[in-house]
Amino acid sequence: MYTAGWKKYVVVFIITAGIFAVGFYASDYLNNKKLESIKSIQDKISTDILSSETQFSLLQEIPCADVSNSILSQELNILSDKINYSEKNFTGNSDEITSLKKDYSLLEIKDYLLLKEASKRCGLKPVFLFYFYIRGDVCTECTREDDVLSKLRDTYPEVRIYSFDYNLDLSAVKAFVSIYKVPEIFPGFVINGKSYTGGKSFEEIEAIIKPLIAKNAPKKVITTVKKEDSTTPLDTTITPPAVDTNTGQPNTTNDATETQ
Amino acid sequence: MGSISTTIFYIITFLSIYVQVFFLITFLDKRRKITYSPEGMTLTRYPKVTVAVPCYNEAERLEKTVLSLLALDYPKEKLEIFLVDDGSTDNTWEIIQRFATYPNVHVFKKENGGKYTALNVALEHATGEFFGCLDSDSLVDPAALIRIIKYFEDDAQTMAVAPSVIVNNPKNIIQKAQHIEYHMAVYNKKMLAFVGGINVTPGPFSIFRKYVFDTLGPYKKAHNTEDQEIALRMQKHGYKIDHCPDAYVYTNSPTTVKKLYRQRLRWVNGFIRNCADYRTLIFKKKYGAIGLFTLPAGVVSIIGIIFLFANMIYSLVRASIDKITKIHAVGFERASQMHFDWFYINTKAIFFFIIILYVLIIVSTVIGRHMTERRTKFSFSLVYFFAVYSVVAPFWILRAVFQSITQKETNWAVERKA
Repeated sequence: MYTAGWKKYVVVFIITAGIFAVGFYASDYLNNKKLESIKSIQDKISTDILSSETQFSLLQEIPCADVSNSILSQELNILSDKINYSEKNFTGNSDEITSLKKDYSLLEIKDYLLLKEASKRCGLKPVFLFYFYIRGDVCTECTREDDVLSKLRDTYPEVRIYSFDYNLDLSAVKAFVSIYKVPEIFPGFVINGKSYTGGKSFEEIEAIIKPLIAKNAPKKVITTVKKEDSTTPLDTTITPPAVDTNTGQPNTTNDATETQ
Repeated sequence: MGSISTTIFYIITFLSIYVQVFFLITFLDKRRKITYSPEGMTLTRYPKVTVAVPCYNEAERLEKTVLSLLALDYPKEKLEIFLVDDGSTDNTWEIIQRFATYPNVHVFKKENGGKYTALNVALEHATGEFFGCLDSDSLVDPAALIRIIKYFEDDAQTMAVAPSVIVNNPKNIIQKAQHIEYHMAVYNKKMLAFVGGINVTPGPFSIFRKYVFDTLGPYKKAHNTEDQEIALRMQKHGYKIDHCPDAYVYTNSPTTVKKLYRQRLRWVNGFIRNCADYRTLIFKKKYGAIGLFTLPAGVVSIIGIIFLFANMIYSLVRASIDKITKIHAVGFERASQMHFDWFYINTKAIFFFIIILYVLIIVSTVIGRHMTERRTKFSFSLVYFFAVYSVVAPFWILRAVFQSITQKETNWAVERKA
């Protein structure tokens, strides 16, 4: 055969289209798997929070040790990173991602409310940082802020960082914005009730939260221990109060401690 | 902007995969017709053949080229060799004169006028039933001519036969990269031959029936790519061009990036301009695959490489800015931390398509290698091929497009000097 007939062009087109279909399917399948993994993390966090809420409601008490450790699971941070990544890369799954973001925002609010309530009872004053962003070219600094907050979460796990998409169509987020009178300048922050606008470096945020952490930290104690083999009779160290693992209450029975 | 760019990306990738699938389907369909001539093959008749060697400052390499012609497994009285000095400024003419004593060698000297003028001088004096050209930087395999003439003997409709051009003794990275490219070109040319879509009858040893020039006229300047123009002219007139996979010609390929750049600049520039000159062929059913496949595929590849290159530069700049921003935001140590998590592996559809495209290109180089060397073992030169052509090719293509737009001609003599 000296020439290629129309049939050949059509067959090649169909095969190429088939390759494309398989490529799109594989991509969609794997992206869905990724979104499912996000959903799975969310479900786990949701269960954790529900468990804490139930415990709190039924027993009217939540172990203070748990409050000072982390109700806000570290997984919520991982979730935040993954949702950010998905938003930027899974352009074909925007509905699912929006749905996941709504769930994530609700989880954050629930976590905040629970923690606020529990902290009140335990006499703790954790630092709450609300971060409001918008996606797209309008807020070029928001991308940088994602990295700053990610580092902040790792460096200061005791700081409760909640990030919200300002444009997310979720009444709970809108109520939140309304309550805290969040200005429409992005990125925006509310740190323990005080508003800040514009991009902030890690050091700038650190300068704001450090005094708050110090101010709200549990009271320190000086532990005086007599060491038998020590050349000096006394070693002085500063440690946080020990906590009874059964009750979650500060353990005051240690006769070797002295309140400062 | 992003969605437009993505859509163009998909279209170009689709068309690029289409081209590779077209070749692969043709190969699977016609692979049994890729035959190789047996050793000691003879012809029922040995027609007279004229082979012209246009020379411009080729003193260093000319001798070997002529000796390879003299060593052809073909009756000497049926082989007419024309050595044409196109106004060389070195001692090319002295070397040419050394061969003047051979009874079947004829020598000519003329003012410099370009390769096509040297070929036309040879055409004027040619007495052979067949006419061919051998670039003075190439060596021909002893069995090449008899194998090519066999194609003419088997099919009276065949008007030209292109050989398999292979890189002669590749030594450095640039030549090894070209070695792989030439393997792929052998495969592509054979597949195009099956569908009647050959658009170049390469300067190194393509053989024509003299009838082609008698009826269509001599070579033209054709933007210093007369081998492309004559093929398109033949296609326009429905003349069949075939390819003989085991007619080997070994060409001395450019040894440096600069030389390669100059050569390819001329080729791509010639392609674009010849394409423009023969635009009436494009998408015309009556011209067959040359108009429906070869020329559109060439245009797509040029646009595709420019687009992909622009996209790559954009992505690199964007990634660099993001990285710098991240370093600025959280410090170098944290910004350079690597955590493996399958979640962050690229699963975009375009990523799969690019992998498929690369696989198809690798397959074509493997088939091409098998066609030329009967070997399919992995060659590390494949890495050089992707590295060199991914980085350098966009530059000569961009320059060629620019020159075509600004009507600036490339120069064969300058390339030879380089």
